[in-house]
Amino acid sequence: MIHCIVQREKNNIFAGVDFWLVLFYIILIFLGWLNIYAASTSEDHTEILDFGAVYGKQLIWIGLAVPLIIIVLFIETRFYERFASLFYIASILSLIGLFIFGKNINGAQSWYAIGSSTLQPSEFAKAFTALAVAKLLSDKAFTFRPFKNHVKAFFLIFLPALLITLQPDPGSALVYFAFLFVFYREGLPPYYFVIGFLLIILFLLTLYFGSYISIPIMIYVISGVFIFILGYLSIYKQRVLKRNWLQFLTTFFIICGYILSVKYIFNNIFEERHRNRFNIILGKTTDIQGVGYNTNQAIKTIASGGFTGKGYLEGDRTQGKFVPEQDTDYIFSTVGEEWGFIGSTLVIILFIAFMFRIIHVAERQKSTFSRVYGYSIATIFFFHFMVNIGMVIGLVPTIGIPLPFFSYGGSSLWGFTLLLFIFIRLDANRSYEW
Amino acid sequence: MRRGGLLYVLILLVGIIFIGRLFYIQILDNKYQISPLNNASIKKVYDYPERGYVFDRNGKLLVANQQSYDLMIIPREVKPLDTIEFCNLLKIDKKFFLKQFNKAKKYSPRLPSTFVSHVSKNDYAYLQEKLHKFKGFYIQKRSIREYPMKIAASVVGYISEVNQNQIEENSYYQQGELIGKNGIEKTYEPFLRGVKGIKHIQKDKFNKEIGSYKEGVYDTLAIPGKDLTLTLDAVLQQYGEKLMANKRGGIIAIEPSSGEILSLITAPSYDPNMMVGRKRSKNSVLFFGDTINKPMYNRGLQAEYPPGSPFKILTGLIGLQENVIDENTSFICRHGYKYGRKGFMGCHPHASNVKLNFGIYTSCNAYFANTYRRIIEKYDTPTIGMNTWNKHVESFGLGNFLGYDLPSGRKGLIPDAAYYDKWYPAKNWTATYTLSNAIGQGEVLTTPIQLANMTAAVANRGFYYTPHIVKNIKGETIDEKFTTKHVTTIDKEHFEPIIQGLFDVFEHKKGTAYSSRVKGIEICGKTGTAENYTKINGKRVKLTDHSIFIAFAPKDNPKIAIAVFVENGYWGSRWAGPIATLMIEKYLKGETSRKYLEDRMFKGSLQEEYNKQLDSLYRAAGEK
Repeated sequence: MIHCIVQREKNNIFAGVDFWLVLFYIILIFLGWLNIYAASTSEDHTEILDFGAVYGKQLIWIGLAVPLIIIVLFIETRFYERFASLFYIASILSLIGLFIFGKNINGAQSWYAIGSSTLQPSEFAKAFTALAVAKLLSDKAFTFRPFKNHVKAFFLIFLPALLITLQPDPGSALVYFAFLFVFYREGLPPYYFVIGFLLIILFLLTLYFGSYISIPIMIYVISGVFIFILGYLSIYKQRVLKRNWLQFLTTFFIICGYILSVKYIFNNIFEERHRNRFNIILGKTTDIQGVGYNTNQAIKTIASGGFTGKGYLEGDRTQGKFVPEQDTDYIFSTVGEEWGFIGSTLVIILFIAFMFRIIHVAERQKSTFSRVYGYSIATIFFFHFMVNIGMVIGLVPTIGIPLPFFSYGGSSLWGFTLLLFIFIRLDANRSYEW
Repeated sequence: MRRGGLLYVLILLVGIIFIGRLFYIQILDNKYQISPLNNASIKKVYDYPERGYVFDRNGKLLVANQQSYDLMIIPREVKPLDTIEFCNLLKIDKKFFLKQFNKAKKYSPRLPSTFVSHVSKNDYAYLQEKLHKFKGFYIQKRSIREYPMKIAASVVGYISEVNQNQIEENSYYQQGELIGKNGIEKTYEPFLRGVKGIKHIQKDKFNKEIGSYKEGVYDTLAIPGKDLTLTLDAVLQQYGEKLMANKRGGIIAIEPSSGEILSLITAPSYDPNMMVGRKRSKNSVLFFGDTINKPMYNRGLQAEYPPGSPFKILTGLIGLQENVIDENTSFICRHGYKYGRKGFMGCHPHASNVKLNFGIYTSCNAYFANTYRRIIEKYDTPTIGMNTWNKHVESFGLGNFLGYDLPSGRKGLIPDAAYYDKWYPAKNWTATYTLSNAIGQGEVLTTPIQLANMTAAVANRGFYYTPHIVKNIKGETIDEKFTTKHVTTIDKEHFEPIIQGLFDVFEHKKGTAYSSRVKGIEICGKTGTAENYTKINGKRVKLTDHSIFIAFAPKDNPKIAIAVFVENGYWGSRWAGPIATLMIEKYLKGETSRKYLEDRMFKGSLQEEYNKQLDSLYRAAGEK
């Protein structure tokens, strides 16, 4: 590995920077801005440098990202590692501070107002939580074997998630589930996911069948399945049965209890809007005027793009402002309309390549800290990518989180930039770390 | 690495699902596809069909069309122009020009918007010659309404440009198009409107029109609107509107044998031509903003009044049906009816020992209070009695929407046991608590059209057809709910003694409408005087009584049933009675014999009374 040792010159902060990641970053930012321009331009703003318009403001955010990048690259790697906990505590405090000093926009107290612009600390908390997770998991004494370490790790990610949920901005809080994959990568036993996955499937099945057939019937069916398995085991695998009969029974009762409680949670704890979203996704209601309106408009807009798209700035549904929130959460519908199937596929491939590159770079890290951090950001980007585009094309319930580098917004742009460039900085230093 | 590898798989999987989904919605599925015709390179030219005409029952033209020219704009195609010349041609100022231009641009730079609506014929002629100089503007011909007889504004309604909500609700409409907003224009919009035709014209990338798109396979022809014939009698309508001049209230006349509305008058009203073309927006602000006279408020359909004495007809009928009285039952009335320890319902002086017939034509309160009490107390509990009474009353179409084909209305109120349980949580109410209902006061509220319909049901001896305003739609049958008989819960034989009483209201010397009788027509009717109150500073203040009258004629085989309400008209036979009988006479004979009375009604004004009311309101507000 001698060839990778590059002596990092003190005065060249760009030495060792991963070319591909930076290239992807620049391409995504550029495409993102083009689409924000298309989604927000109107013939009143003909100047490209109109800072009163959304695309003009985004240009300022992009411009201001440059000094941010320089600062991030300038700081020593060890600094990130050493002060990870401090950053984390600071971001937790900034989230708590929102309850006192925060500005309420659209019902969520998620912003600090600074002059005429606003800053959303939850976008930055992701990067700092990633650092803290990296710090915890890279501790030489840390393994996922003792259960108390599971608790520690979960606490680290669910504390900010809880604070963000309370703002309330449950969509942004969901992102923290992405860290679970990092834990898994670093040794968390997979049964969490098996259980979690089963619970989600059961949840959805209960909701889906809940109104067609009654709950007692569902329990009969499940009992039937269990009795069938029981019969099978008692004939062919008697030893397994003898050893595990207690677990077997507990599982049965837990599942039955769970089904009963799902119905309760859905009807009594969820709010109407949550229920509506699930019902739309499950295809049980088609409500194209109310909750489903945005998604319906977005899908129509994307569909109208056809194979080749209508051409840049030629999308009449984009220009006609058919889709609400099109420059932020629904930006992908602009891509779909103006660039068509070809363009939107290319954007998806670009994101996939970008995330693959992050994983690839993460895997080549010698230090656990850098690797964990790399996986954290890969999963965070993946989560945003999956939920945002999934929502716009109607595969995921409406959860308002931005598409990285595409959606308009200074906080999200800076947050993602910070997330990525800390990693680029850690990677640039990998030669020291072995 | 093995565990990390899972992330590659997940990302790839999600990516493939997304691309698959995009392939599905963008290429495979037609459900989400928007027609290629919505492309910016295809210009749509609409051919608006003429809106259907509206005639009265005798073929008189009520609503016609006139040609109107709208100047349209496509902001993107506008080239620099001589604005001064342009503004002069259109008789607009530069401020208006800029306002319209920005509004259109904001709506859409590439879709047409209306720039100036309803350009006059003269301006159009000049404009047409010069229009080639002004790129991005064109003329769209449209027809707008015209009302030759200037009557029945509340019935015909009006049309105006669709608003944003309507565009979103119904994809047929586009900005600047017209839609029925009130009256039959609203209820019969799809028939009157017809369907617009669309021509698709292909444009090249220089925005030049190069011909019909795909040789016109997607083009559609306009389907003209259908003509409507109303049940309204235009002559009677016009006459009624004249009678109601300077008064507030409503007249509804119905043909009992069919439920056809012969006239529907609300006063004050306005000339429907005021709501057409360029005048409309200014006048609609004026009319809707007039909270004192409320010309846009359809008193005939929407005003809920206590019905007063005409309601005694129902009390009598129910009494007979429930077998608590018969024709010979008599009650004592000494200037009123005493009940309980302190209760007293006053009555005007007349001979005592009242029988049914006498009770009706002298409008004796005590007689009907007794009857009502017997009805409610016939059963074990007042709850059953009250609900029985309610069921009978509602079978006459009261207490609920009638279901006629006009877009506004009110339910009125016919209380039932549950209603009083709410008022008296202890549920200790009895018949005497609700005694005012007997004489159409108390909680009972009806709209004039409900009262007219009730009268028709009485005239028919126990059934009615849902009142309706459209007699036929060219080529279509009217909704069968208008040809379905509604039978009341009162048996036919009970109507005769009551109708005899109503006849004596006119014919007996002591009848309350003796002075209004018409030679040669056997009219049955009932006067009404309803107390009414308003709240001034939270205090209940009694206003001058409403003048009410219901009638039908002739007694046998009735041709017209009518209800007249005159707000604050003192008493029934002062205004409503003469108006009702004049209307009947006009309808049945074609002319009226009592010219002095007619003249008094034409000229009579209650404006002073209304001013007084307004003054007291102002004064009360001043004191505050």
